[in-house]
Amino acid sequence: MEGMSTIVKKVTQLMVGPVFLYGIYIILHGHLTPGGGFAGGAIIAGAFILLLLAFGNNVINLKKEVAGSSNTESIAILIVVVMALMSLLFGAKVFFFNFLPKGEPGELLSAGMIPLYNIFIGIEVAGAILTIFLSLVIFKEESSK
Amino acid sequence: MTVYILCFVLFLVGLYGVITRRNLIKIAISLSIMEFSIFLILVLIGYIDNGLAPIVDPGSSAQIYVDPLPQAMALTAIVIGLATTAMLMAIAIRLYRKYKTFDIREIRNLRG
Amino acid sequence: MELTISIILGFMIIGAIYALHAKDLLSAVIAMGFVGYGLVICFLLLKAPDLAIVQIVVETITLVIMVAVVLDSTRKELEVSFDRRSLLTTIAGFIIFAGLFYFFYGAIQNLDPLGMHSLRMAETYVYGAVEKTGSINLVTGVLFDFRAYDTLGEAVILYTAALGALTLLRMKGKK
Repeated sequence: MEGMSTIVKKVTQLMVGPVFLYGIYIILHGHLTPGGGFAGGAIIAGAFILLLLAFGNNVINLKKEVAGSSNTESIAILIVVVMALMSLLFGAKVFFFNFLPKGEPGELLSAGMIPLYNIFIGIEVAGAILTIFLSLVIFKEESSK
Repeated sequence: MTVYILCFVLFLVGLYGVITRRNLIKIAISLSIMEFSIFLILVLIGYIDNGLAPIVDPGSSAQIYVDPLPQAMALTAIVIGLATTAMLMAIAIRLYRKYKTFDIREIRNLRG
Repeated sequence: MELTISIILGFMIIGAIYALHAKDLLSAVIAMGFVGYGLVICFLLLKAPDLAIVQIVVETITLVIMVAVVLDSTRKELEVSFDRRSLLTTIAGFIIFAGLFYFFYGAIQNLDPLGMHSLRMAETYVYGAVEKTGSINLVTGVLFDFRAYDTLGEAVILYTAALGALTLLRMKGKK
């Protein structure tokens, strides 16, 4: 896959940073405003896909990239399960128990475990979508050779 | 009541596509359309007139909010829909490379 | 409200029928995008901003993947000849549709009319949920506290789908 023209590359350079930041904002404010881990993870994956489509795949090593994204999503979902199991050790003996202090509703640091779950689910969603897309690109490259 | 029936008509359009089309891409599109109608009917059931979006203002109390439960169900289903569509596309492109066609009847005849 | 949703749904049905009958696969995929973005407007009108954000991003990524697949393979729709077998399928399909429609019509008689929904089980999820979960976004509270098992299952399905696509596309086929 070739990269696109210079104008597209320049506009992508300017746009990718804000899109990525918006995804992080959506994830971190998931318990206060609309959004959350699923939406934010999809937006972050969209930023990566935009970068890949605009610059082509000659600038990155696709094999290394797909190994990285696949490892990232595996580790993220493992951390979610470990956090759910931690509530069997601390607090009440219930799976997925919210044992951290709740704080003041409406503050950024509140709602106990929910922001942590949001962050790791977001990483997992971004990794999964990116893995599927990168494997499609690699398949296309290998079969066109 | 009309809205529910129209939603079901959208579902039937998707089902018609799954039954009668022979192209793998068209079948994937029909499955997506069926999914969309299911999401819409879930959200329609939870809607309340003059209700607010389910985000509580900590200051005020005793407001009417729309039902958050169907929205949470539909939220997970949308992301699963993306994953299944992408996997269907992976299967379709793999079959196209092997058989040079998207026709499911041809693919069944050319087995092996 | 009911009228607005009905009009948007009518456009979505027209887009869906066009997507199934288009001669060009690329225009079929784009007509499916029309249906998906109509759904986003319906979600916004029905006070579901979380769903609208997720759906607009997911629809865009789905369109990118489907357009990439179509451009990579072929754009031509198959030449469909209307033979006896497809006539049989169509007749059987319409009989199934009539039966399904009968049962659906019986089922929606028990539903509340649009806008008059009564919170039965979900009352616990709305009132007093902020004290229990600490999250003022009720959808997130339901997702990660009351019904976290569903979220875990969904994440596992997503993980499995990603690994499945990786396995399907990276393995070497028989020559």
